[in-house]
Amino acid sequence: MPDATGLELIAQALRTAEGEAQASGSPVIETVFFRGRGTLVVEPDRIRTVLAHLRERGYTFMASLHGVDYYPHEPRLGVIYELLDMNSVDRITVKLRVPSAAPEVDSVTPDTPDGAGWPTADHQEREVFDMFGVVFRDHPDLRRILMPEDYEGHPQRRDFPIGGEPVLFTFNESETHGSR
Amino acid sequence: MKREPLRVRKLNATQLLRGGDLEGANQPAHLEGQELERYVQERVVTTTLDSAVAWARSNSFFPLSFGLACCAMEQFQTAGPRMDIARFGYEAFRASPRQADLIILAGRVSIKMAPIIRRLYDQMLEPKWAISMGACCSSMGVFNNYALVPSDKFMPVDVHVPGCPPRPEALMHGVLKLRKMVQDDPDMGWRDRYGARGTEEVLPGAGRTGAVNAVGGHPIGDTAGA
Repeated sequence: MPDATGLELIAQALRTAEGEAQASGSPVIETVFFRGRGTLVVEPDRIRTVLAHLRERGYTFMASLHGVDYYPHEPRLGVIYELLDMNSVDRITVKLRVPSAAPEVDSVTPDTPDGAGWPTADHQEREVFDMFGVVFRDHPDLRRILMPEDYEGHPQRRDFPIGGEPVLFTFNESETHGSR
Repeated sequence: MKREPLRVRKLNATQLLRGGDLEGANQPAHLEGQELERYVQERVVTTTLDSAVAWARSNSFFPLSFGLACCAMEQFQTAGPRMDIARFGYEAFRASPRQADLIILAGRVSIKMAPIIRRLYDQMLEPKWAISMGACCSSMGVFNNYALVPSDKFMPVDVHVPGCPPRPEALMHGVLKLRKMVQDDPDMGWRDRYGARGTEEVLPGAGRTGAVNAVGGHPIGDTAGA
């Protein structure tokens, strides 16, 4: 892990390198250092440049990409990228938040002018799309990966109804096809 | 043809049962009355064709090689040396549903898997049976969520084996329950129970008109033990 100072150094480098170059402000919204774990909270539309910058710093391995639902807070949906520097065994977390009204973020799977793609993000972005409904722009093949193709809704959202198919026992057997 | 006296016919029958011939070789000892009756009862079994067929079927299930989750590990154990499902004649796990007549749903059924299982079940030979093994498959167990579906929802199930997972003994108990069902009630047909007459699979070119099953004179696909 980068320690708290190291995390601030990375954030500062990002601010100077990316923020000044694009004149659109800093991509880093916030840094969080909690229980030995460094986290960068970034602007959703700058995720590609942030990850490209971190890759140049040695974080070349994307260990995981996953989603969070912060319901009822807004922006509601989160996407989390876990990066690993395999030389120094050093991990860093990058988070972003998107509103539920327009849950869109750039895909980091394909190669883009902002940097090389992360092929491992392909299936994991599909999973986040399937479970949380986050749409990844320019993803090469954004389909459901776990649920059936014709499924409606995104079941890991926190306002998705709990419970599944009603279970049939002897007392409610008449509701099944067995009673015809 | 002149009929021989009853006494002679009785003697001849006795002789045939003992493996002798009518010409007098291997002359049997004289048996009469109760002695003869007991002798015959010990050597002759009378039954109906239906119950003989049910007996044969119930002692030679061909289970489908099919596991869905952790219950499958316990299912494998029934074929292992400790439980030894081969004692009962069920060791021929078939790799194709076309050769199987028993499907053991060993594990949780996700809603994405359900149509595939239903298709496997439809492809199986009739008469066919299904055992739902474990809590998930019968009532979704601990997974009361969006992903799973109980197996009764999409196919007929004959025996439910509870447990999480059931021990191999429990599965054997379920299989032997099924054997008893098939033996005692060969007319136990899921098509009747589920109101599914007329849903038999008919292969292209194999018309059903006039075709009659050799067993019991039922139309093909109308198998009594199904």
